[in-house]
Amino acid sequence: MSEKNIKLTLNIWRQESPEAKGHFEKFEKEISPDASILEVLDEINNHLEAEGKEPIAFESDCREGICGTCGFVINGQPHGPLPKTATCQLHMRNFKDGDSLYIEPFRATAFKILKDLIVDRSGFDKIQVAGGFISFNTGSAPDGNAISIAKEIADEALDAAECIGCGACVAACKNSSAMLFVGAKVSQFAILPQGQPERYERVQAMVKVMDENLFGSCTNTYACEAECPKGISVLNIARMNRDYFMAKLKTGTNE
Amino acid sequence: MIKLDSKIPDGKLSEKWTNHKFNMKVINPANKRKFDIIVVGSGLAGASAAATLGELGYKVKIFTFHDSTRRAHSIAAQGGINAAKNYQNDADSVYRLFYDTIKGGDFRGREANTWRLAEVSNNIIDQCVAQGVPFAREYGGTLANRSFGGAQVSRTFYARGETGQQLLLGAYGSMNRQVNLGNVEIIPRREFLDVVKIDGHARGIIVRNLVTGELEKYASQAVVLATGGYVNVYFLSTNAMNSNVTAAWRVHKRGAAFANPCYTQIHPTCLPVHGEDQSKLVLMSESLRNDGRIWVPKKPGDTRGPNEIPEDERDYYLERRYPAFGNLVPRDVASRNAKYVCDEGKGIAGGKAVYLDFSDAFNRIGKDGVKDKYGNLFDMYANITGVNPYNVPMNIYPAPHYSMGGLWVDYELMSTIPGMFVLGEANFSDHGANRLGASALMQGLSDGYFIIPYTMGNYLGTEKPEKVDVETNEFKETQQNVEENINKMLSINGKQTVDSIHKRLGHLLIDKVGMSRDEQGLKEVINKIRDLREEFWTDVKIVGKANDINQTLERAGRVADFLELGELMAKDALNRNESCGAHFREEYQTEDGEALRNDEEYKYVAAWEYKKEGEWELNKEDLEFENVKLATRSYK
Amino acid sequence: MNRLNQFFNSSIGKKLVMAITGIFLILFLIFHLINNLMLFGGPEFFNENVARLESIKPLIRVMEIILALVFIYHTYTGLKLWWKNKKANPEKYAVNANKENSTVYSRTMTITGSLIFIFLVIHLYTIWVKYNFGMEGSEDYFEVIKIHFANPIWAAFYFIIMIFIGFHINHAFQSAFQSFGWSSKKYTPIVKKIGTVIAIILAVGFASIPVYFFYISFGGQG
Repeated sequence: MSEKNIKLTLNIWRQESPEAKGHFEKFEKEISPDASILEVLDEINNHLEAEGKEPIAFESDCREGICGTCGFVINGQPHGPLPKTATCQLHMRNFKDGDSLYIEPFRATAFKILKDLIVDRSGFDKIQVAGGFISFNTGSAPDGNAISIAKEIADEALDAAECIGCGACVAACKNSSAMLFVGAKVSQFAILPQGQPERYERVQAMVKVMDENLFGSCTNTYACEAECPKGISVLNIARMNRDYFMAKLKTGTNE
Repeated sequence: MIKLDSKIPDGKLSEKWTNHKFNMKVINPANKRKFDIIVVGSGLAGASAAATLGELGYKVKIFTFHDSTRRAHSIAAQGGINAAKNYQNDADSVYRLFYDTIKGGDFRGREANTWRLAEVSNNIIDQCVAQGVPFAREYGGTLANRSFGGAQVSRTFYARGETGQQLLLGAYGSMNRQVNLGNVEIIPRREFLDVVKIDGHARGIIVRNLVTGELEKYASQAVVLATGGYVNVYFLSTNAMNSNVTAAWRVHKRGAAFANPCYTQIHPTCLPVHGEDQSKLVLMSESLRNDGRIWVPKKPGDTRGPNEIPEDERDYYLERRYPAFGNLVPRDVASRNAKYVCDEGKGIAGGKAVYLDFSDAFNRIGKDGVKDKYGNLFDMYANITGVNPYNVPMNIYPAPHYSMGGLWVDYELMSTIPGMFVLGEANFSDHGANRLGASALMQGLSDGYFIIPYTMGNYLGTEKPEKVDVETNEFKETQQNVEENINKMLSINGKQTVDSIHKRLGHLLIDKVGMSRDEQGLKEVINKIRDLREEFWTDVKIVGKANDINQTLERAGRVADFLELGELMAKDALNRNESCGAHFREEYQTEDGEALRNDEEYKYVAAWEYKKEGEWELNKEDLEFENVKLATRSYK
Repeated sequence: MNRLNQFFNSSIGKKLVMAITGIFLILFLIFHLINNLMLFGGPEFFNENVARLESIKPLIRVMEIILALVFIYHTYTGLKLWWKNKKANPEKYAVNANKENSTVYSRTMTITGSLIFIFLVIHLYTIWVKYNFGMEGSEDYFEVIKIHFANPIWAAFYFIIMIFIGFHINHAFQSAFQSFGWSSKKYTPIVKKIGTVIAIILAVGFASIPVYFFYISFGGQG
């Protein structure tokens, strides 16, 4: 564990409500390099509260990089400069004494800012509701080993399924496209045998709702993959493109 | 005095659930849609319950305080989920899983519930596979298993270190399908603040809209609470930042008995605290203890670095005290002993940590060998601490991880408030005084997929509750109570922050109601918690408004409840004059320092009934063991 | 038809349009470059060749119309995507960290595309119109080019635009494969390399012409 504290200047986005105009507020802070960036915000908030000022609103929950609740943009990068790392796992030792940070919310038309660093990512859930599942009633499942799945297939499906739904892909994309998020879910089920019966309905339903929710269109810059805390591959987007095209060619698929 | 009717069916243990399913009332499919059910909490238990109840045709509303139902803390479970599939042909069986769970709980759990859990465990795996959960596979295409938490059979199913995430997303998908079909409505960013009772039955809830701050009323014919555990009462724990006891506690105050609150599991292999600003603790898989050796310097206050301390000046205290099991003693023993050595002043890195040293493993299987087995954990450690564990031994310390205690429920998972069901970690039912590894996910999904769908039908079919209107007086009064409580908190305008009070509560509890407890300490801490509660209600400072996003206010409400729960935990620990499972009383130990149970006097569930603030009445549910012999653990 | 309509209005459908039309345009450019490189064969060789093309004028006309339609559809869909994406992402971050997560080629497709569009209009106006309607009986097509690029402004303008065409194609080629869904761990790196090679060949090939003619305008030996 490092010992010497570092001094940072934090410019943090403050915005009272979705309609209000936001601005950066400046905080000078001396902090332990072992603290995570969220702990720095906790600390700032404690001081603000003690002074009777409104703390910075930001969301976080598991702080282990898996729940996908936390996330903001640090110096232009969602979840900060460290690759494959969620905001909560970003420790201050990755910054240098005297660094200046700009912390602001994930920005996209589809992600309305509710307050300070909190955004509304409910568009993601709507896409999932449209088709992110395998239709299967509880109780009717055959034995788990009845379906044999090759290890590579299971691993590939899990690579896609690891998506934590944080929204960094949308935030990183210059078009605010949700293709990586949707592609990951579509892929998980397109890879697995259990997902085949609904494969082509699923991709159409999910893409339709994605388009309706004001996410932009993919232009293959792959910023999403670079900023994804789970390193979800853009190959999932390609798979979705292919499935979507095939779905439209096939007869008997709806939407 | 509440009447505790556990409703355990008669008959042979292995046939109880089957018979009971037949004996319960069923509702015909056309009538199911006439029933509204509220589910609070969207973790494994809540999401699976909402999905399955929706499939059956009930009209379900599910509430979460998160922005999305997928964020619930079940998602963070790493290790795996147990099932008695016996795929490995290693003599596993429902009976063995049942027995291990009962024994692991130190004979303080209910036989019938635990059996049922083991019985449906296999269905859970089938269900999850069908949903497309990408469990780990063997090269031949079959499901892979591993041995977990010292179990003698390989019965744990897993998906890398993200089993909880994959299972939760499976349940989330099933639930989303019901949303798509119009059977389930998800209502996010709402915090449960009270239950509305009409004629003694749970008939609705009051929630706070966390965006607008508005209080909202929702009516239903039954309420399902699946709001998780309460170890965030210790402030620092492996639970998520927002995990809390508020829903369970408010229901408790409305008449639901709270069972065994002192049973809290403290996990031995967590990353230690780095400073006062630490917000939470991170768990590392206990599999590390398979190859790592735990030690502290023999000399208290030794300030040398670990690599400078010669072999003969190190105290491998677990190997010394427990020669047979060594570093693989159960979680509670490992945790308690870490506390002892740190209390003796031998703790490292400021006193609250011990070394987990892989030097021997490096010599035996090489650094690459260690990397193969634990690479991801070593990376995680390096990322969080900034120290390379391949060069310097890891620092670890125990952290609160899981609460076995919770709201008392009968065999049908109904609390002492009729119509109020409690699932998952929020109830007390299946783990006794300690929980085995990879059993929490199993319980959450068992409750949600396979128990509540039946028992809910039985309740609704028997009671045939009518629909109620949210404009009745009961709703208005309850809402008013909640509102007054919020306004009271906001009007205190004192000097201390919510977190600072929570931290002080945490220090008190981890010290006195943590890994080891004693009578004097417990008596002291009860008074201190009362004083702290008084301080909270006179000197806390909550900035911001009620009708806005106000995270300080959210936390304040939760801390207020923790301040009451903390007292009850101490009271329960004080009442239980024995050591069992995770509850270790210094006065009750064998000569070898082992937990000494008192089956004569304490073979019961302590179900506490709320009377008024700081006053509870103890109700006892006697535990009967007809199928297992009460044995004593020994790890010498 | 409804399905088709839906497909082309979806974000993925639009991408496919960009990919198909884009690949078509790349093929055209390759063909165009082969013709242009004949300039290095000297006035006679080149003029003969152009004359040969003149002899199949009706076919060329049909091709030109198809090409124009494809180009317009490519541009139109591109602009529509740009507009939609602008609406989806109206605000920029305080610190621009784009270079950390994406290539400059991929981020500037609209800009390079627009420049190419402007260029094309000018190019058609100066060369194509001249060749088709301004030769006044002469058949020295070579001379037209020679005069054109003797002007340093024209030479520089073409040279710069050809670099942008290279940028555009460098991203476009592999991007098209991604849009078709033809990406894989194994082949995508190769596709990317092929795209870069094509981009370099086209850019260098086309740019060599203004450079060459500008050079010989100083009396350099051709």
